[in-house]
Amino acid sequence: MSARVFTIAALGALALIALGLVAPDWLLFTVTKAIGFGLVALGIVALMRGGLVSFGQGLYYCAGAYVSGLISNRLEVTDVAILLFAGALAGGLAAAAISPLISRYRGIFFAMLTMALSMVLYGVLAKVTAIGGSDGFNVASPSFFGWTPGVAKADYALFAAAVVAAALAAALCRLYFDSGPGLIALASRENELRVEYLGASVFTVTQRNVIVAGALAGLGGALNGFALGHIDPYFSYWTTSGEVVFIAILGGYASVIAVFGAALITELVRSFSGQYFPESWQLSLGLFLLVVIVFLPRGFGSLWAGRRGGGAREEPK
Amino acid sequence: MDLALTIIIDGLIYASWLFIVALGLTLVFGVLRILNFAHGGLYALGSYGAAVAVSAFSGWGLGGWFSLVAMFIAALAVAVIVAPVIERGLLRFFYGKDEVLVLLITYAIFLMLEDVTKMIFGVDPYYVFEPRNLLGNVELGSLFYVGYDLALMGLALICGFGVWFGLNRTRIGKITLAVINEPEVSQAMGVNIARVYLLAFGLGVFLAALGGAFTAPLISVQPGISVSVIIVSFAVVIIGGLGSIPGAAIGALIVGLARSFAVYEFPEAEIFIIYLVMVAVLIFRPEGLFTPVKARKI
Repeated sequence: MSARVFTIAALGALALIALGLVAPDWLLFTVTKAIGFGLVALGIVALMRGGLVSFGQGLYYCAGAYVSGLISNRLEVTDVAILLFAGALAGGLAAAAISPLISRYRGIFFAMLTMALSMVLYGVLAKVTAIGGSDGFNVASPSFFGWTPGVAKADYALFAAAVVAAALAAALCRLYFDSGPGLIALASRENELRVEYLGASVFTVTQRNVIVAGALAGLGGALNGFALGHIDPYFSYWTTSGEVVFIAILGGYASVIAVFGAALITELVRSFSGQYFPESWQLSLGLFLLVVIVFLPRGFGSLWAGRRGGGAREEPK
Repeated sequence: MDLALTIIIDGLIYASWLFIVALGLTLVFGVLRILNFAHGGLYALGSYGAAVAVSAFSGWGLGGWFSLVAMFIAALAVAVIVAPVIERGLLRFFYGKDEVLVLLITYAIFLMLEDVTKMIFGVDPYYVFEPRNLLGNVELGSLFYVGYDLALMGLALICGFGVWFGLNRTRIGKITLAVINEPEVSQAMGVNIARVYLLAFGLGVFLAALGGAFTAPLISVQPGISVSVIIVSFAVVIIGGLGSIPGAAIGALIVGLARSFAVYEFPEAEIFIIYLVMVAVLIFRPEGLFTPVKARKI
């Protein structure tokens, strides 16, 4: 099972990296950014499987971006692998610190509490002028195992790193989702009380999902920090979190690949909306998201997940 | 001494404004179980509507106190025009569905309203200063306040009591409460629940637009005003307990006074004091201060 998952992930990554050689720079940047958001959305999917949605993933996303950005700027560590790992670690640790508190909440209150916490971080960062205040700070492009790409190759190099990160994250999440603890989350989504009676701890499952989601958000934040070249408190603003929730909803929780597909589609819709309908890009984005939610309430992933053999099919509510 | 009085009065004024703005959100959740992200967009429409209406009335020679009537009419117009489109066109298909999914539907509506508002009213700011001059200045001890700002307290009381009375002391209000608890049984007993839902949502939209209309004289009406009120409204509603009108009033008071205190004593904290209050309340009262009792299904 794990060998097959990693093989598929590796082949997919290689294919994308090869395709990247012939893709224009603007597409490389768009895909890199989409992967950054896709990673955050993948974390939200982990929570969604347990029946929770967080409007505060911006907190970990921002923590990951700031920590990796500061390590790059202040400690002059530039290797992309170290920086991305540091971002994921920062997000995971922040989530671990907060998880005993927020794992007790459900539904709207979980969403709002996580949002409140991320807005507190936003407010604090906006006032801490030592690290840029509300303006944030710029970050230089990372190096890749000792190699520093020139301007022409920087986008492609970061794109390749993003693809590798996405493949690893997707494979690991697929394994986690299909494992015992992962399936317990699905059960707790349906009825927490019965899960408790069966002997599992819903609190522990939720806590684990919160930490997984935090690490993925931190990883996404680090990646997008370098893709954009600039990090500011807006990473933690509630609208940033809201946009990622949309991506998670579009992707659904049946397929990890669909989440990245949804991220790319959303990013492309935003890009083309901004270009062709500059005065009404929010209208275009809103309409698009509305249409998808209305017609595909379980996300794109449900389109082909339903065709897979075996397993009980979920009845529509 | 003056500082304490200033903090309290400023806090009460801000709390009144918060309550007026958040009341529609509380009502819509209380009745329809929908956390309406589009609330901010409706508030913005109310502001723009008021700006246009006051100018039109002034042009017709109906200045002075008629500008207050104009603001009221603007809010009513927004409700009558927008509420049926959103509720009958979209929301009715999602009652009883996953609450977060509906939250996202309203978020999409909010995004769309942002651009629709820009298309209709443009991006230049509107100024509506006449209403704020009507009540002159009021001297409180050694402090001076604009009468209009103090009058917001009265408006908040009227709106709050009006909604509470309407829900708890009138026939249609009791029918609405019945629909809230048991839509199927209510329908079986002859209640037209579609009409109840539309009426409740329409009232929610009216209150949002009213909040916007009466805020217009305090600000320059321009793109972006909607985002600023969504989260503070959510904070007030969450703190008070979803669907509780007295809770929303208490929530607004807490947030208003906390913010006023922060502005004078810890200015750096003003930007996030609302969220700290929200976190603090939720830590000790996981479902807000005044959560209506509801049956739990196993």
